Amino acid sequence: MWRDVALVAERDLRIELRSRVATNQVAPFALLVLVLFAFALDPDSGVLRTATPGLYWVVVLFSGVLAVGRSGSLDDADGIRDALRLSGLPPAALFLGKALAVTAQLLVLELVLIGAVTVLYDAPLDGFPLLAATCVAATLAVAATGVLYSALVAGLRVRDTLLPLLLLPVLAPVLIGATRAFEAALGADGVDGWSWCGLVVIFAVVYIAAGYLAYGTLLEG
Amino acid sequence: MPDATGATPTPEAAPLHTGSRATRALGLAALAATVLWALYGLVWSPPDVEMGDLVRLLYVHVPVAVLMYTGAGLTTFASVMWLRGRTPGWDSLAVASAELGVVFGALTLLTGSIWGKPTWNTWWTWDARLTSTALLEVLLIGYLAVRKVDPSPAGGSVRASVLGLLLFPNVIIVHYSVDWWRSLHQPATVTRLDPTIEGDMLVALMVGLLAGGLTFGWLLLHRFRVAWLEQQVERHDLAAAVADRRAEGDGGTGTASPTPATPTEPEAQPA
Repeated sequence: MWRDVALVAERDLRIELRSRVATNQVAPFALLVLVLFAFALDPDSGVLRTATPGLYWVVVLFSGVLAVGRSGSLDDADGIRDALRLSGLPPAALFLGKALAVTAQLLVLELVLIGAVTVLYDAPLDGFPLLAATCVAATLAVAATGVLYSALVAGLRVRDTLLPLLLLPVLAPVLIGATRAFEAALGADGVDGWSWCGLVVIFAVVYIAAGYLAYGTLLEG
Repeated sequence: MPDATGATPTPEAAPLHTGSRATRALGLAALAATVLWALYGLVWSPPDVEMGDLVRLLYVHVPVAVLMYTGAGLTTFASVMWLRGRTPGWDSLAVASAELGVVFGALTLLTGSIWGKPTWNTWWTWDARLTSTALLEVLLIGYLAVRKVDPSPAGGSVRASVLGLLLFPNVIIVHYSVDWWRSLHQPATVTRLDPTIEGDMLVALMVGLLAGGLTFGWLLLHRFRVAWLEQQVERHDLAAAVADRRAEGDGGTGTASPTPATPTEPEAQPA
């Protein structure tokens, strides 16, 4: 089982290493949105600094939608989805492998973005354990939910416009939890960061379980 | 009972409308209950001590909110049942209840907003219940969007049922996280404005729930029958297309094989 998961994740990551869509398109897009926020909110007023956790996670969600859409479109060409179905790999392994590949890409992106907000928004960077734990939990949640929902819209012509509509409201709890945890890590008073992080962990577990169980049904349809 | 005339695309003795004796009785009952609802809500019940006549809006708002959750819950339940047995009826029920969920959700947001303006002096506030209701409405709209776009009926049912399965759990997660979000930010002062109600006001609310429930059931039955007929038409179109292709393969004689239910004029069928 885990060998199959590693196989699928390795395949997706190898395609990414060769096509460089995440590095050449998704990451620059994320940085661009950070700059756009600075245009929209006056950088001198301190709003950017206060709003850093929220803006950061909004950027991660948008980039996550792109990364997940890309991960889904990998299987569109040349009947790859049918080939995967016939390959004998368990659907749960396909799901976990794809989710892990998206997680790995998003985690790298988040590291870059943390550097960017420190430089661009002058955000103070403390509370490292909480930051790291929140990043891992929220990224797993975004990746698992995203891979599940991208399988839901796979093969539809309107997939690219439908995916954000379905995915973003579902991910609202992740945005709330991760933002509050980041606020706590960056020194906001009266916010219990670890319990917000716990909420994100619960969300991630629920969606990994849902994908684990439902992915096979979606593949057959 | 109406027969299928030569021009209609349904060959079996399909009804030309979705009414039946039971739904007519249900519709009349809903109408009578609605009249009673209006009388109780507007005339017979007294104005509230604190809210005055504004309380009358709650006799509408609370029932439609309850019915929105009913619609969402029914969608999830029907999706689970469809995934278990793949019976077409559950699929029709899921789409019918989701559509009603969207309609009653929109009514909930609308009546809540109208009530909020004089009470809280704002159309919208980032209250936990408001926010999670709005998100539920978006989730339901997303569900219907998936149902609308899929060209293949079978694949669409699989997608939609998994989405429907996730619908109610999502509602719960969203509701609790938003609740937690708001209660940590500011004390939830505005949410608890329901004092204990009694007497005619309680009756007005109960009549509202009854009338709303009857209307919901009546609409649900009709919508379910429409969805059911849509499925029949799709299945029939498919059978006719297969028959036509078979006939072509036989040398273009035009005689369809007898197994699929074909109408008297197979040439009139392909679109």
